Amino acid sequence: MVKKRLIPCLDVRDGRTVKGIQFEGLRDAGDPVALAARYALEGADELVFLDITATNQRRKPLTELVRDVARVLDIPFTVGGGIGTVADVEALLLSGADKVSINSAALARPEFIADLARRFGSQCIVVAVDARLVENEWQVMTRAGTQPTGRQAVEWCRMAADLGAGELLLTSMSHDGTKSGFALELTRAVSDAVYVPVIASGGAGQPSDFTAVFQAGGADAALAASIFHFNETALPALKQYLHEAGIAVRL
Amino acid sequence: MEIAVVDYKGGNVQSVLFALERLGASATLTADPEALRRADKVLFPGEGEASSAMQALREAGLDHVLPTLTQPFLGICLGMQLLGQHSEENDTPLLGLLPFTVQRFAPDSTHKVPHMGWNNLLALQGPLFAGLTEADHVYFVHSYYAPVGAYTTAQSAHPAPFSAAVQHRNFHGVQFHTEKSGTVGTRVLANFLAL
Repeated sequence: MVKKRLIPCLDVRDGRTVKGIQFEGLRDAGDPVALAARYALEGADELVFLDITATNQRRKPLTELVRDVARVLDIPFTVGGGIGTVADVEALLLSGADKVSINSAALARPEFIADLARRFGSQCIVVAVDARLVENEWQVMTRAGTQPTGRQAVEWCRMAADLGAGELLLTSMSHDGTKSGFALELTRAVSDAVYVPVIASGGAGQPSDFTAVFQAGGADAALAASIFHFNETALPALKQYLHEAGIAVRL
Repeated sequence: MEIAVVDYKGGNVQSVLFALERLGASATLTADPEALRRADKVLFPGEGEASSAMQALREAGLDHVLPTLTQPFLGICLGMQLLGQHSEENDTPLLGLLPFTVQRFAPDSTHKVPHMGWNNLLALQGPLFAGLTEADHVYFVHSYYAPVGAYTTAQSAHPAPFSAAVQHRNFHGVQFHTEKSGTVGTRVLANFLAL
């Protein structure tokens, strides 16, 4: 059977990872390529690179970083952040990215999802959805989570999947950074509403949070950043924990 | 050793080139029939949609060339599927080298489509899988599959068994991404280069 995936996320600005990284033995802790290789070695199932410079100003050549990462990495990786045109996607895929993640551009122009799926295939199109709980409703936010869209999260996820998204990256902004666990009800509602895989994100704090999001949440994959960066929960130990808890993971 | 990677604007060839580079092998990306015939090994990566891939092959004049090749040949992902007779994906006639019809997975709430992620290999046969066991995992991402048949050299399951790898004469195919399957995928690729 296909295994539940663990996906470290690296925030990148101007070609460097920006969150503090405390891996021992990495002389240059801000080097995304070295960090990617380290995660792959530790058993990461995929990686996500989020270019946080991208949305507001024209990027430095992110394609160069993608090339450097693809050269050393023998597991799949996704690149997201500020992708707005077919040409952006083509450049990243040609540089060696396996998938791209789109967010604001898809909300502004949902047919962008269909354009990309037709051109490149659904398998490489991830739609990222940032949701915030407002008055008991999960609302979709845009522009790096700064603006409400008026869309309801489960509905938007269903629409994105129908338009050709191959996968959904669902982030609960209400849980992100809290380390209090993933948004289980939201994840379950989305997972039940679509037939494409769902990556849950936001709120990972301890190993049992992952068990919960895979079981109660029905997630196909879980993404986290700081819990891995700060080495609070090392990947091999987390995978062993999940295996012992009866979750099918790749050991 | 000359390694040719078929260039038909139909797949993520860069990852395959990098994977070969990590093995210390250099490859030429080409659509030239003579270069393909001359090569010691031919790799045929593919991604995306079947009918556009077949269209791209026809435009490059390769739909008649590839079936005549005699050296070890490896189709990857869609490149494997294209070796079959016919695909349900937009009702597409394929290269016709192997007797399978490519079918679509039927999703349910626990078996999502695309079949995306790491799955283990079963019933391994033949030289591509030397040194590997059923505990080994490889990375898949696909919505269509080739059923299990006499040509199947490895299986995986989602939830029913399907062909993870196929072979007929010199034509090998793998549904998973050798270039993205960690040390296991690297081993399969190295085994192919050693044929």
